[in-house]
Amino acid sequence: MTTRTTIEQDWTRRRNTRRLATLGYLIAIAICLIVSALVSEAYPAALWAGLPRVGEYFGKITPTLHWATLFGSTSTKGALAYWFYRVDSWAWLFFETTQMAALATLGGSVLGLVLCFPAARNLAPNRWVYVLMRRGLELFRTVPDIVYALILVWAFGVGPLAGILAIAAHTTGATGKLFAEAVENADMRPWDGVRSAGGSWMQAVRFAILPQVMPNFLSYVLLRFEVNVRGAAVIGFVGAGGIGQELYQVISLNYYEEISAIVVMMIVVIAAIDLLSEQLRSYAIGRISA
Amino acid sequence: MTDSTLSAAQIATWQARLPRAFGPPISARIGLWIGAIAFVGWLAALFWWFDITPARIWRGLDGIGVILRLMIPPSPGEQWRDILRGMGESVAMAFLGSTVAVVVAIPLGFLGARNVVINTLAHFSIRRIFDGFRGMDSLIWALAFVRAVGLGPLAGVMAIAVAEIAVLAKLFAEAIENADPREAEAITAVGGNSVLRVRFGLLPQVLPVMLAQYLYQIESNTRSASILGVVGAGGIGLQIAERIKVRYWDEVLFIILLILFTVGLIDAISSRIRRRIIDG
Repeated sequence: MTTRTTIEQDWTRRRNTRRLATLGYLIAIAICLIVSALVSEAYPAALWAGLPRVGEYFGKITPTLHWATLFGSTSTKGALAYWFYRVDSWAWLFFETTQMAALATLGGSVLGLVLCFPAARNLAPNRWVYVLMRRGLELFRTVPDIVYALILVWAFGVGPLAGILAIAAHTTGATGKLFAEAVENADMRPWDGVRSAGGSWMQAVRFAILPQVMPNFLSYVLLRFEVNVRGAAVIGFVGAGGIGQELYQVISLNYYEEISAIVVMMIVVIAAIDLLSEQLRSYAIGRISA
Repeated sequence: MTDSTLSAAQIATWQARLPRAFGPPISARIGLWIGAIAFVGWLAALFWWFDITPARIWRGLDGIGVILRLMIPPSPGEQWRDILRGMGESVAMAFLGSTVAVVVAIPLGFLGARNVVINTLAHFSIRRIFDGFRGMDSLIWALAFVRAVGLGPLAGVMAIAVAEIAVLAKLFAEAIENADPREAEAITAVGGNSVLRVRFGLLPQVLPVMLAQYLYQIESNTRSASILGVVGAGGIGLQIAERIKVRYWDEVLFIILLILFTVGLIDAISSRIRRRIIDG
């Protein structure tokens, strides 16, 4: 009987300390929340006034469609064609956006490919090169592409070139770091084989490392392409080309129904590209490892 | 076979017997050439379309050189208080936005889990809706919310919350799907009702995953929150955009470094807490 009470007392005590700790964490989170609400001006009054306006805004964006005239021409109110009356120019801008993303992904990952070998611990000529290259790539990766775009628009002028270079700069850092990690995980025995047979550093990279890491590299590049399409779609907000520039205009000028039309197109385009790149990824991995 | 060189006839026999040993077949080689030409053609077309010429690149690099020279040394400038307040705003926006997103995403995560909503069509369409929302960058939401509730960090909080809900809902749904059902069955076996089943059979399994995701999203949202100001949604992005407009490049570099430092700091804190949660 006494052992049972001690166990019970011990259990109650442990449970109480645990509950107290949980309560402490909750209070800490609550304090953080209140402080952040004050800093970010999310006062109850502002929220109360803002939420109806948000509802109103999204109500205005929603297109008015009528069943009777759904398939009418571009001049019939309530028709799909009326909603999407500029679908041709938007489609062209979306095409431009994907091409920007593709070129930026290509440029960035080629640069990442060149830089990843000295940034891999097992291939770098010495520790200093490795640390410098790796930190450099991480630095390039951490700056968001829109910040690059803001600066590059000054240097290269308004237009797609600034956007492409901005996305490529960010991509170089992101892919370079991932590539270097893949190279570090590669089996080094083929490398030793090529080197001991008299192969140069370049030849060893080409024949011992690349065949091992190529499937990984390709799937990273395709994933990066998906991310970059999303990035290219908004980089036009700062004047760096693509559909973003048009979307910015349309939102700023309150062309309500055009906003929703572009957003719907964006969701469709991004979903289509994700599907396509997923197919390509599994195809490429199957082809290379077969 | 005393002669070490092969006659032309012998080579022809071997080539007929083992064509692949003499390099890829002619059809594959032609295919490769067509692919290469198409690739170069595509590149050339894009360079022409986007007007990428060596002269333009050179002029741009020249401009970047000037900017880089003006950036060093970085300086906080006269209005360093505004910069610090902007950074604080960004962090607060990220924290508040992520927290609101978590609260909304938990019920949505249950809705999106295959073992909760068993109907395949419903499950498929809910998941596709999450994916659709996930495709929208928080910058687009920020721009829309700025038009709706006006300039300032509140629009940024809303943008982060809305953009994050779909991401977290999908992650939570996957966590719930991956939970071991036997623990909930054990609670049923000892006579527990459905509330107890969720509390003791499911929550202990999914809560650590959810908390880890939450902490990770705070870090990633600090990055997003630091650029939302570019469209007027408050935070450090507003400061950086203003200084780029007036070409105070040394202050721009200072802000970039401050963002890198803050994100690194939050990353360090959140990964420490994450490790503690995972270790129990």
